[in-house]
Amino acid sequence: MVTDVVCPFCGTLCDDIDVELEDGKIKNVKHACVIGARKFLGQAHAHRPKPRIVENGEAKEVSIDEAIDRAAEILVEAKKPLLYGWATCTCEAIEKGVALAEEVGGVIDGTTSVCHGPSVLAIQEVGYPTNTLGEVKNRADLVIYWGANPMHAHPRHLSRYSIFPRGYFRERGAQDRELIVVDARKTDTAKLANTFVQVQPGKDYELLSALRTVLNGHDIPDEVAGVRKEDIIKLVDRMKSCQFGILFFGMGLTMTPGKHRNINNAISLVQDLNRYTKFSIMAMRGHFNVTGFGEVLTWTTGFPFAVDLTRGYPRYNPGETAANDVLARGEADAAFIIASDPVAHFPRRSVEHLARIPLIAIVPEETPTTQLADVVIPAAFTGIEVEGTAYRMDRVPIRVRKVVDPPEGVLTDEEILERIHNRVKELKAK
Amino acid sequence: MSIEANLITGRTFTQGATMEEGKGTKAYTKAAAVCEMDPEDMMKIGVKDGDTVKVTSEYGEVVLWARRSSQYPHEGTVFIPLGPWANALLAPGTDSTGMPSFKDVPVTVEKVEDGKVLEAFELVRSIYGGGN
Ligand code: SF4
Repeated sequence: MVTDVVCPFCGTLCDDIDVELEDGKIKNVKHACVIGARKFLGQAHAHRPKPRIVENGEAKEVSIDEAIDRAAEILVEAKKPLLYGWATCTCEAIEKGVALAEEVGGVIDGTTSVCHGPSVLAIQEVGYPTNTLGEVKNRADLVIYWGANPMHAHPRHLSRYSIFPRGYFRERGAQDRELIVVDARKTDTAKLANTFVQVQPGKDYELLSALRTVLNGHDIPDEVAGVRKEDIIKLVDRMKSCQFGILFFGMGLTMTPGKHRNINNAISLVQDLNRYTKFSIMAMRGHFNVTGFGEVLTWTTGFPFAVDLTRGYPRYNPGETAANDVLARGEADAAFIIASDPVAHFPRRSVEHLARIPLIAIVPEETPTTQLADVVIPAAFTGIEVEGTAYRMDRVPIRVRKVVDPPEGVLTDEEILERIHNRVKELKAK
Repeated sequence: MSIEANLITGRTFTQGATMEEGKGTKAYTKAAAVCEMDPEDMMKIGVKDGDTVKVTSEYGEVVLWARRSSQYPHEGTVFIPLGPWANALLAPGTDSTGMPSFKDVPVTVEKVEDGKVLEAFELVRSIYGGGN
């Protein structure tokens, strides 16, 4: 039995998982949610790719060295390669990735740009009055999820940090707290709420503005974004009168019309509320170490995502330098995809371009992206077969553990990145 | 018969859990190649749970299983879990933010008799051809 293992699926980064081993294999997983448990249990029978390259339309199995050589050649030949993914890498691997991106003069971007990129833009404009999840657990008596459905995306978020746990000042757990959910759908999280506010799809900005208008002492129309005036006023009263409020927000704010403007408005609402009480805000960062990607990229290049290094120095201009920008406009002439699956998760035009250019995929298992890849290099599962540092959604770094060895011959992201980088240097020296 | 609807995409735990079993599995297709609709909307186009529908946007079309919304009501809004099926319908622009619009995409939903719902890898190859 390995105890206190960290789950490498979502940004909740639960660090209380017990993994039972038998003959060096994962037999049972305790404390994880359904998704986390599948992550661990899936390791043994994952559909792992063999190293392969495609030549003249034919895929052929090759040695890991040949695959690494081919990947390095593609990167050296490209003028503007896109190095994308990183959400399930350790910070140590991401650091190597930034060095590689600098060496080949590429654009480096993470899954941030398709989840909380807009939040980052807003935070850069108006700041981020935030806290840690420990403080939520110990202090929060009002918890709001806005455009976030943790029951599906972060299943243990409520039970570990926000609603159900007993905290230092919230000894009775859920009984000492109130849950408000704002969403366009009556989600499974909304079903647990004391108050559910159904906002018209795409009208979050209007509702946030109405809350701020009331908070600042002005009148509003009888109905805003499908919500009645008296309900908006009640909501504001609740927010003002709590002792410690926290607003968690998700893709329902970042992906809908308004994008970073929605987040800007939500943060401003929280700032306004601090004139009356203690209120905080936090982005529900989705994938495992997507937060760590932002941290590492910031301390190495100065910017948190969408960094263009093609001119030899970092440029940051989301809308121009993010993955979907350089793909949809057809600018990237090669793609280096690590620890992510853009073919499954990017809009059609971006994927059409990925299909046209040389595509390198470094992943633990077969995915839609490997189906289009010209070079596939299998990697070990971070957090199960590889240890290292990852950041929880509240930017608390946690050491993730290794519980089993990767299959024979399968390298870690860090080893693969280092070897490609060395090979790139050799090729450039020629 | 067809309806105009607003498409939202997002995570569901079955999509997340089956994705971890592998995106080549039937379970993943079953979890993510679905168009969740309110019963009222299903009635309008004459589909039952498990019938096939074609969802079309300005950017593409895809055949999915109709499923009664588990998290409703949201009449006029359809939900497709994250994945290659949903994303085949999305617009390319990022409104100068780097972020595509994964929610609030105008679509048309219509019934198709015995449509074929492709599995993830098949779908990817059929739309994008294929490196390998
Ligand atoms: S909530 Fe997230 S981190 Fe915790 S067990 Fe589930 S998937 Fe893993």
